[in-house]
Amino acid sequence: MSLPVAEENLEQHLPLEFSDEKESIKITGFWMFLVTDVLIFGSLFSSYAVYRSAFAQGPTPNQLFTFGPVILETLLLLTSSFTIGLAIYAMRKQNKKALMAWLVVTLLLGAGFVTSEVHDFVGYVASGATWHQSGFLSAFFFLVGTHGAHVTFGILWAVTLLIQVARRGLTPITARKLFTFSLYWHFLDIVWIFIFTFVYLNGKIV
Amino acid sequence: MPSFVQYLIRTLFPHDVLRPTELGADVMILATGVIIVYYLTKQKKWLYLWNEWLTTVDHKKIAVMYLIAAVAMLFRGGVDALMLRTNLALPTTPVISDLEYNQVFTTHGTIMIFFMAMPFIFALFNAVVPLMIGARDVAFPRLNAMSFWLFAFGALLLNISFVIGGSPDAGWTAYPPYTGLLFNPGPGENYYFLSLLIAGIGTTMTGVNFLVTTLRMRAPGMTLMKMPMFIWATMATSALILFAFPPLTVALAMSLFDRLFGSSFFTLAHGGLPMMYVNLFWLFGHPEVYIVVLPPFGIFSEVVATFSRKALFGYSVMVVSIISIMFLAYGTWVHHFFTMGAGPAVNAFFGLSTMLIAIPTGVKIFNWIFTMWGGRIRLTTAMLYQLAFIPTFVIGGATGILLATVPADYQLHNTYFLIAHFHNVLIGGTLFGLLSGMYYWWPKMFGHKLNERQGQWAFWLYFIGFWVTFGPQYLLGLKGMTRRIYTYPLGFGWHELNVISTVGAFIMGAGFVVMVYNVVWSLKYGEKDLTGDPWDGRTLEWALPSPVPEYNFARIPVVTARDAWWDMKQKGQTLANSLRPEDMRTIELPKNTPVPFLLGLAFFVVGFGMTFQWWVIVAFGAAGVVASLVYSAFDYDEHKHVGAEVIRRTEAALGRLQG
Ligand code: HEM
Ligand SMILES: [Cu+2]
Repeated sequence: MSLPVAEENLEQHLPLEFSDEKESIKITGFWMFLVTDVLIFGSLFSSYAVYRSAFAQGPTPNQLFTFGPVILETLLLLTSSFTIGLAIYAMRKQNKKALMAWLVVTLLLGAGFVTSEVHDFVGYVASGATWHQSGFLSAFFFLVGTHGAHVTFGILWAVTLLIQVARRGLTPITARKLFTFSLYWHFLDIVWIFIFTFVYLNGKIV
Repeated sequence: MPSFVQYLIRTLFPHDVLRPTELGADVMILATGVIIVYYLTKQKKWLYLWNEWLTTVDHKKIAVMYLIAAVAMLFRGGVDALMLRTNLALPTTPVISDLEYNQVFTTHGTIMIFFMAMPFIFALFNAVVPLMIGARDVAFPRLNAMSFWLFAFGALLLNISFVIGGSPDAGWTAYPPYTGLLFNPGPGENYYFLSLLIAGIGTTMTGVNFLVTTLRMRAPGMTLMKMPMFIWATMATSALILFAFPPLTVALAMSLFDRLFGSSFFTLAHGGLPMMYVNLFWLFGHPEVYIVVLPPFGIFSEVVATFSRKALFGYSVMVVSIISIMFLAYGTWVHHFFTMGAGPAVNAFFGLSTMLIAIPTGVKIFNWIFTMWGGRIRLTTAMLYQLAFIPTFVIGGATGILLATVPADYQLHNTYFLIAHFHNVLIGGTLFGLLSGMYYWWPKMFGHKLNERQGQWAFWLYFIGFWVTFGPQYLLGLKGMTRRIYTYPLGFGWHELNVISTVGAFIMGAGFVVMVYNVVWSLKYGEKDLTGDPWDGRTLEWALPSPVPEYNFARIPVVTARDAWWDMKQKGQTLANSLRPEDMRTIELPKNTPVPFLLGLAFFVVGFGMTFQWWVIVAFGAAGVVASLVYSAFDYDEHKHVGAEVIRRTEAALGRLQG
């Protein structure tokens, strides 16, 4: 007559970040958060597409953009996506030192990206192309700026992760945090590829 | 007086917050505040408030806080509604001016949708979802508390606009150029955008939380097709939130940037495109109406099965229709602005896609009716709402189809016909559903029933009041009365119908009073629920004692059938009669934390500072936000353990242990 009841904890053999049920659920949660972020960028991209030719009195994309810095930013960010991959690889190998080193490299590449982008923005504004000038510029700054803000936030996040790993080593919790950070970072990289294609390339060519 | 103080007074208390209505409200707010502070101090309850409520991460307590907030907001939104209706009954002697009327209909709509319906839904999600799926809490208890406090402080921010600085006045949809700086200086619209942004972050996180909870936290054996229908509704609603709130966030942010930082998204000069706002808003807005109606669909599916003593008819068809409603909801947003003139092809497409939604909705209606068919029906308050809902919602849906007929919509758009339509679905569907859920789950949340006789009085007042209010509005719409007007000339034949409608509104107001009386009376004298299963329920929450102990389930049951608890009762295998003292284990529970509350507070400071563009205050708030986030990143002490012995004692005291 007795009811079957579940065991409290089940042992599993999974990567460290998935080994604890709670941490694994948090990874699912992070994917869901990424969905909302995809939708945010989706809305920004579609707005950009609509505002694409609302130049008013302001400059056109062709007049505004210069390729040099954009290529540099692309290289920096794409490389950082590779190095965060190496960092996670090191994490799976339980190599804390290598992990931290690659994380620092990632972080520096990200910082280089942000610096170059801020430099671009300052240049645009100095040449009079503020977002007040036109719907196009508003949409451009909002889209690209939101991505830049994400990268900046990511850098600060990575700093807190470095401290946590240094203090606590590799546990299911720190591993999960690092893993979600890597998801976030790859995601920003993908968004940048779209920005590069639809904003910069498209703006220069069309 | 130093000029600084004068500046402060002029900014915080301009003319439009010094009208008699606002001053009256000031007095009431102050008086209530003093009473609360006095009571808390006298009873030495401050610490209790902090430890048990403000820092809690227990989903059951968060549910109670959501519920209190929702009922308070129902009151505020209701008072707004009565002010609007009073004006329309007296066209020759308006009680409030045109400007104040604009503010009141704006706060009415905003509050009812974002700060009444949404928290009411989250109250019921929090109260029952973990219990129904056999879980100890939601997937992310701390995030859950953060969501609540972001909502609560967002609501506070919108509500203080009324007495500090001036309310928003561009409608709940906040279209540009009404919200543009050029036509609408002053803090009102800043309040609107900031409060919705803050609450919106909370709502998005709630969506994430409940999606993951229903996906990953179900008891062993509860496969997707064994989930209660309310859980399906929760899942679909959460998914809708995930996809709908981001466009809203973007639209609100753009409007705010236009106002505060001089961008040109929706301005009339510099290539701004106001229709872009309208698109983004309704890309959110139409899914939003399903976000507020799917949970009631879920509630009704539980209520009708319980009170008909039958399993839900056509379960798998119900699942399919919920999912198709979820997808279709994204493909209809243009029906809110057919008159934009996007051309016959676009309008025809969106007209058709809108009508398609009626099909899965109709299927659900039939399934509820077939569930009742041949069942042994008990006419409780919860069930009465169900019975009222069916015809009311059918009529609301039918008038929606009329509006989706493009040529007809060119006539009816933004008339009282539209107003009647959406109140028909929002009150007849959403509100009736939520009230049904409240009466149904009240014993589980509070350990006693709500008095049935009083509850039925409230029900009849609401139901009759609803039809007296909104029936005439269909006719008014057909006679050409447009929405958002504070008075009208007498010769159009509108006056009598408006008077009837206002009478109806006051009947609904009486319903609210009776309902509150019902709640207060029952807190004291309500029949205690000693069994934990007062309605002879079918789903797992009724397996637990009422109110539920902190850890929910002493042991997590294994589910083998769809109506899990009903099945266990049939087999005589309930938790209560099968757990022995030696079965108890140590349990891990989330630990209280002040961070969510402080995070909400910090966001509030940011919002308030931005509203008045006081950047020093913004900087303080932002520092608070960062500090809260960093603190919680380094806080690894998230859990506490409840020993087996404690659980043994608690369960024994509840009479739920064998031997
Ligand atoms: C079969 C179902 C439905 C159909 C065919 C339908 C159709 C429509 C159409 C065509 C409009 C736009 C009318 C206009 O602006 O001229 C509209 C407006 C609206 N509907 Fe529905 N609707 C349905 C169900 C619902 C439900 C379930 C809700 C909410 C629970 C809802 C809430 C609203 C709201 C809030 C508005 C307008 C808000 C505003 O403009 O301020 N509708 N509906
Ligand atoms: Cu709609």
